[in-house]
Order: sequence, then structure tokens, then C-alpha cells
Amino acid sequence: MVKNIKLIAVVFLVIVSFFILLKGLNKTNNYSPNLNSSNIDFNFKAKFLYSNEETTLYELINDKDFSLINIWASWCLPCRDEHPYLLNLNSLGKLNIIGINYKDSEVNAKKFIKELGNPYSKIVVDPSGVNSIELGAYGVPETILINNTSKTILKKYIGPLDDKKLAELKMIIKNEN
Amino acid sequence: MKIKILVLTIFYLIGSFNLSYAANSEKVDQISKNLRCLICQGQSVYDSQSDFALSMKILIQNKIDEGKNDEQIYDFLKSKYGEWIVYDPEINKNTVLLWVLPLILFVFGGILILRKVSIK
Repeated sequence: MVKNIKLIAVVFLVIVSFFILLKGLNKTNNYSPNLNSSNIDFNFKAKFLYSNEETTLYELINDKDFSLINIWASWCLPCRDEHPYLLNLNSLGKLNIIGINYKDSEVNAKKFIKELGNPYSKIVVDPSGVNSIELGAYGVPETILINNTSKTILKKYIGPLDDKKLAELKMIIKNEN
Repeated sequence: MKIKILVLTIFYLIGSFNLSYAANSEKVDQISKNLRCLICQGQSVYDSQSDFALSMKILIQNKIDEGKNDEQIYDFLKSKYGEWIVYDPEINKNTVLLWVLPLILFVFGGILILRKVSIK
């Protein structure tokens, strides 16, 4: 009887661990953060790309209903791919698109904008990457949609924009209005 | 005599500056060892040379210079990146098993050993 209990226990344990591991196989390994946490520090200080003045996020966002913060760099290839989407969004006229130039040289950043067009109403630089960390960003490219009146994050995308994300952004803007 | 004092003072200043600087960067190391580099799996911020980790170290240094203590820095980063960024998970609904299981196993093992010993 005792032997039986031991056998059953072992079989049971094996089965349980099998299913736990099986479940683990299907689970994605990458940690996906809580993207909609509305924690954002508006006292963030940064310098403009085209002038030497310092500004805060408060001053940057108070134009229109929504702000779109886009973190980019000239050395970042996906940023090149997503640039047409930003230009497209800018043509809507409802968004105040703020560019944060991440760990870039001034010359290259300006060249990038000259070459591909400027969807941004304002561009600030983040040479050390500290401002991006303060925004809770992971790297480039990253896009954050902010409601200017309620000062909350509506949506955050890690990685380049694409057709799907563009449609989603447009939907959110439409519904919120 | 005056020169001697001057030279000594300068040395003293250099020395104390170095000391405080070293203490500070040690602190950065200490804090960054407890932080998970979120874009490079399996590495701490201290180990990683990614852009993210490098910026993070600068940020930690800035926060220390502002006079923030460890706890405040961890809380700040947690508020930005969530619980996952620290290697030391807090006890909550999702992690309770993680904290309690070793204790249960320890007690269970202890009981087993005791029983074995007392039977003999």
C-alpha cells in the first residue's frame, strides 16, 4: 500500500510538472511591461535640436488635444521605416508630434530630418538617454500617445509604427474626440 | 611653511574628491546590480553595455547627485518600468508562492529528516 502511494505521488508529480512545463512552452519569454501605466513626469527637462534653449514636457504638450511623443535616432533603421507613418499622422492636424532625438549627433539628426521630412512640431535632444529613461522608454523607436487635457498616456508602442498601429492610433484619436 | 600647507591642502582636496567620487560610482554599481536590464535578457544593468543600461547608469548617478537614497531610486524606476525591473520581487499575489514555497519545502524536509532520525 505504501509503495502504491509513493508510485502514485511520483506519477502525479511528473504529470503536474509536465503540464506546467508545457504551459511554459507556449508562454512568451519576453517580458511585456504594463504599457498603459499613466505615470509620466512632465517636468522633464531637455534642449531643443534647433536652438539651445531648455524646455519641459509641460511647455511641449499644451498645443492640441493630443501629443505624440516619438523617440527616434538617425542611426536607428526602424525609425526610417516608421517615418512615413509619422508624416501621415502629422497631416491629420490633430496631433502635436514631439520628437525626442535619442543618443544622436546633431549633424546626423538634422540630416535625417532634411532627408525624410519633418513630422515633428518640436524636437528635443536626449544625448545621454536619461530623458527617455525618465519617460519609461526602452529604446528607439518608441511612440507614446498622450491626452493633453487629462495628461495621461493613452497608448504606448515599443518598436516602429506600422499600418496596424497607425489605424489603431487614428481610431483612438477619433473615439476620444 | 605656507607652501607646504598649500600643497597638503591640495592633496587633501584631491584625495577627498576621489574618495567621494569612488564611493558614488560604487553606489551606482551596487544599485545597478539589483536592476534587470529590460532589453537584454539575463543581464543586470550593471553587466550590460546596451544603450538602455548605459543611460540607466547615468540616471542613477544623477539621482545620487540629487541626494536621493537607494529606496527612492528603486521606487522611481519601479514607477516607470514596473516591479520587473528589480531583481528582488515584492510579496504580492503573483509572487507569494515564490516566497512561501522554499519555506514549506524547508519545513517539510526538516520533518522528513526528523522522522528518519527518530525512527532509527
